[in-house]
Amino acid sequence: MSVPTGEKLREITYREAIQEALVEAMEANPHVFLMGEDIGKYGGAFGVTAGLLDKFGPDRVRDTPMSEAAITGVATGASLLGMRPVIEIMFMDFITLAMDQLVNHATKFPFIFGEQSQVPLVLRTPCGGWRGYGPTHSQSLEAWFLHVPGLNVLMPSTPYDAKGLLKEALYRDEPTLFIEHKLLYGTRGQVPEHEYTVPFGSSIVARTGKDVTVVAYSYLLTKALAVAEELHREGVEVEVIDPRTLAPLGIDTIVSSVKKTGRAVLVEEGTRTGGVSAEIGFQIMEHAYEYLDAPIIRVAADDIPVPCNRSSEDEMLPKNADIKDAIMKVLG
Amino acid sequence: MNETELKQFTDYLYQMLKIRRFEERLNHLYAKGHIHGTIHLYVGQEAVAVGVCSALEKHDCITSTHRGHGHFIAKGGDVKRMMAEIWGSEEGYCRGTGGTQHMADFSIGNIGSNGITGGQIPIATGAALAFKMQGKAQVVACFFGDGATNEGVFHESLNMAAVWGLPIIYVCENNLYAMSTPVGVAFKIRDIASRGAAYGIPGHVVDGMDVTEVRKAASEAVESVRQGKGPILIECKTYRFVGHSRSDNRNYRTKQEETTWEARDPIKLLSEKLLGLGVTSNELEQIENRVVKEIDEAVEFAKGRAAVTMT
Repeated sequence: MSVPTGEKLREITYREAIQEALVEAMEANPHVFLMGEDIGKYGGAFGVTAGLLDKFGPDRVRDTPMSEAAITGVATGASLLGMRPVIEIMFMDFITLAMDQLVNHATKFPFIFGEQSQVPLVLRTPCGGWRGYGPTHSQSLEAWFLHVPGLNVLMPSTPYDAKGLLKEALYRDEPTLFIEHKLLYGTRGQVPEHEYTVPFGSSIVARTGKDVTVVAYSYLLTKALAVAEELHREGVEVEVIDPRTLAPLGIDTIVSSVKKTGRAVLVEEGTRTGGVSAEIGFQIMEHAYEYLDAPIIRVAADDIPVPCNRSSEDEMLPKNADIKDAIMKVLG
Repeated sequence: MNETELKQFTDYLYQMLKIRRFEERLNHLYAKGHIHGTIHLYVGQEAVAVGVCSALEKHDCITSTHRGHGHFIAKGGDVKRMMAEIWGSEEGYCRGTGGTQHMADFSIGNIGSNGITGGQIPIATGAALAFKMQGKAQVVACFFGDGATNEGVFHESLNMAAVWGLPIIYVCENNLYAMSTPVGVAFKIRDIASRGAAYGIPGHVVDGMDVTEVRKAASEAVESVRQGKGPILIECKTYRFVGHSRSDNRNYRTKQEETTWEARDPIKLLSEKLLGLGVTSNELEQIENRVVKEIDEAVEFAKGRAAVTMT
């Protein structure tokens, strides 16, 4: 899929891929530094920055007080004066505390103040459920940020994309929201030995098929691929597209696929109403309406907070069966 | 007072008058419908911006507020380009996109005024962090009003700056009202400067109507902060002589209170001081004439390039 052929590869975890991108950027550029809660000795709530304090010291692996708004604002201010901060917000749910700095400051300054005011800020944060953490530690809030012009929104699903997209973000001068998924940290995949980046706005075909297009990203890509494999055995060929970056969105690959299959199922972990699928679905309508043989169907979480207990959480979040049912329905 | 100091004080008067006349002219232009939007005027508070910015070097940075014209002028902003910005012109500091509340010129150390109350406080703190990490001797002065000190980011930022010993001076302009809300309703404490203690930051109360007092406090703060002794909070007690914004009829305060504060007009106080020191009224008039000419030129500059047509 996304890994180029003919290159020397090695297998690492998603967590290691993110750390490698950080380490390589920090080694290459003294202005890159990390800031967040418990990222030093503790190594970050999910271990992404483990060992980096020893490697780079407390100045560049900067533990902060519990102050998400100030972390985001201070990083924005530092970036205006030539630094390249990478901040960690421990759970995506806590980004609500940083919203003003992200929405009214980091993303507004380049627009208002122009060239003199670059904000090369990367905000890393883990999203997602299935961990029993409940309503305030399990959300997938990416849809909100599609409504913030000037913000890159990245949601890698593989170690290859995690490393390549983060490297790309660290080379660019715009604010970027890099959303990791808790269930992906331990997953493994191949990455090249050499330096590489993944371009923004480049959706990829994660699995080729002719009967129906499924768009899925982050952790739900794994579910979509599992369902596609299951349906393959039943004689249905599902094409799975991973947008990888929601903003900018590589709509062309999605549209090409829909033009080929004539049917689309859109999958996301966030709640259904006003979700990412609403946007992707509408863009498909704008670009490929006449190619559609059936209405687009979306698979998303129910419009309620994420419950703590396992059975309710499983019920509320998208399941393999939901994806399969949607595909069968769109196939008529 | 020696010759150099007298020259310095005369320059403060020039700058404070420039701010005052700029604001008055803007008010007139808005009233006549030439400019679109709203404005928050700095009239009455001029001693704070001039006193603080005069203590800074060109390469030191400031962040500013919705009431930011005075800070920008005091930091060396070009009134032509400021007027053009407020007028919505391409020739403005931010091509007319930022308008009155959002202007910046990094080349002279104004890294931005800000339309969100308190929003600039972490930004300024981050700039100070960058200076410290880069081993530079530059400092940051962060302006905000009394209202902003009840926003969460004020507390988060002061704490972070204290913990990390950042080179920043937090300048609170306590003009007694957050829009219409008096400090007595919004604070249980007498002095906002006392909030510094909660974060291990020295807090000083200064007469914000007396530019010499503000300058003195700012100079001491800049020196200390530049030596790496950590952040300082200065509270300047001041008063805006006009409403919060264009639509404000000031029904929340008394005429008597306004008159009392107007008696301590910072420009009047400084003019009287200068006259007492031997500066002639003719010399003061020359300053006034110079300022009016600059403001006239700024209006001509902006008017000629305005995207909005004058009616």
